[in-house]
Amino acid sequence: MAFIELNHVFKTYKNGVSALADINLQINKGEFVFIIGESGSGKSTLNKLLYREEKVNKGNVMVGGVNVSKLKNGNVYKLRRKVGVVFQDFKLLPKLTVYENIAYPLESYGLDNKTIRERVMEAVNRVGLKEKLRSYPDQLSGGEQQRVCIARAIVNKPKLIICDEPTGDLDPKMSREIMDVIDKINTEMGSTVIMSTHDKEIVNRMKKRVVCIHRGVVVSDQEKGKYIEYEDN
Amino acid sequence: MRIIRIFTRGIRVAFKSVFRNLSLSLASISSTSITLVIVGLAILFTFNVNSITKHIEDVLTVIVFVDKNVTDEEINDLKTKINSNDNVNKETLEYRSQDYLKEQLSAKDDDLKKVFETLDTNPLQATFVFRVSDVKKIDETVKEIEQYDHVDYIKYGESLASKLVSMLEVIRNACVITVIALILVTIFLISNTIKITIFSRRHELSIMRLVGTSNTVIKLPFLFEGFIIGIIGSIIPVLLNIFGYTFFYDYVGGDLFSELIVLVNPNSIVYTTSLVLVLVGGLVGMFGSVNAVRRYLKI
Ligand SMILES: Nc1ncnc2c1ncn2[C@@H]1O[C@H](COP(=O)(O)OP(=O)(O)OP(=O)(O)O)[C@@H](O)[C@H]1O
Ligand SMILES: [Mg+2]
Repeated sequence: MAFIELNHVFKTYKNGVSALADINLQINKGEFVFIIGESGSGKSTLNKLLYREEKVNKGNVMVGGVNVSKLKNGNVYKLRRKVGVVFQDFKLLPKLTVYENIAYPLESYGLDNKTIRERVMEAVNRVGLKEKLRSYPDQLSGGEQQRVCIARAIVNKPKLIICDEPTGDLDPKMSREIMDVIDKINTEMGSTVIMSTHDKEIVNRMKKRVVCIHRGVVVSDQEKGKYIEYEDN
Repeated sequence: MRIIRIFTRGIRVAFKSVFRNLSLSLASISSTSITLVIVGLAILFTFNVNSITKHIEDVLTVIVFVDKNVTDEEINDLKTKINSNDNVNKETLEYRSQDYLKEQLSAKDDDLKKVFETLDTNPLQATFVFRVSDVKKIDETVKEIEQYDHVDYIKYGESLASKLVSMLEVIRNACVITVIALILVTIFLISNTIKITIFSRRHELSIMRLVGTSNTVIKLPFLFEGFIIGIIGSIIPVLLNIFGYTFFYDYVGGDLFSELIVLVNPNSIVYTTSLVLVLVGGLVGMFGSVNAVRRYLKI
């Protein structure tokens, strides 16, 4: 069984919008997969199903052998500890320093300070932010904030990292740097990476697996693929 | 160890939150205080009503004067009848014959003794003496016994006393109802405070959920917050209760208006009352939190 499996997954939002229809997808451990597709095609929805922000209407979503679609609300946190999520808008806590932001998950798990410190420093080393640990998020550039967000996502050494347009707000140079950081995490930590993006240049440069979604349906899935712009017929 | 860290973290976050939304917290704290002051009054009042009632029951004897010239058999019948009245405290029922009373009075008073010696007959009336189990029904009981054969008339302590007890009980019941209403209002206010805390921290909460913080850890600070508000709210009522009641007790000198109304000594009740106030404060706070967490913290 693959690390991630989606079998005949359907997702319709409460307002009646059908975001995903009959998605079938398998992703192996350690893979790096781009999810591309035009705005509103269902990329974020797919991500949300993986970390159980949303529930499927039909079908199964398996992550690391766990049927995420059947997970009880009270147990969702166990999944989230194994999944790091990175967003376009970072979602950092403005009143906490960089160090505190990265330590936040571990602190809330009740780990001891020594372990927290070690893990935070390890994560910081991977994303390269050493000099800014005492700064606050609003004192950082977008690229730096995104590094903090990535550090927070990997601080608990997750098996899966989900990135929803992580470079959406960054300029091309910063985007490349961020992509290198994530690529390094993928190869060095062995974490599976799923990244949705609109960034043609990045997709073409990285030469990874590319899954294209259109109107909630997988329309192409290429190994070492290129960015495609899918059009109806 | 982990549990201790999670606990201390919860308390830390809760304290921060109480002081961050200070004006709101103060509103809840004062509401709790007002409620608890009245709870305290109600408790002290109840203690005193119970003690006064008991005291009155202890001292209030009913004296039934028996007709003269009745036979022993008739006396016995009457005794059985009185004994079978529900409100008569059986252990206290006593028969005092004419001779017995004469002896008693003579022993106490030499002049009276001389008077008795000059008389051929005994001028005294035999009596039955008893106390009632329920002072509030004393009037009824007396009326019933007056109807029995060979009862001449009945004397008993002011029926005012029994009216007083009834009145005190009405006041106490009103207190209890007020307290319940105030507790509900306080729970609502605290719940509202916590709701606003939840709302103002929703960004942080969504991040906590995202990074895999367990539901217990997410909820704990809110529960502590209500608890802290409740405990802080109980400080003033506890002080008022201890010093206020002691002062009042000393000021009136232990009894009110008459020796019939004896107040309970502060030392024997203020500490129990304080403990109850702190507990009620904490519980009310927790209830408020649980209510808010259940309704507004969707996890
Ligand atoms: N919470 C929601 N409630 C209702 N409809 C939603 C919700 N979230 C998304 N949708 C709808 O579902 C569809 C897919 O949205 P989704 O966010 O998954 O697209 P996307 O591919 O991530 O788009 P973008 O590239 O703009 O981020 C859209 O039509 C969107 O309007
Ligand atoms: Mg999206």
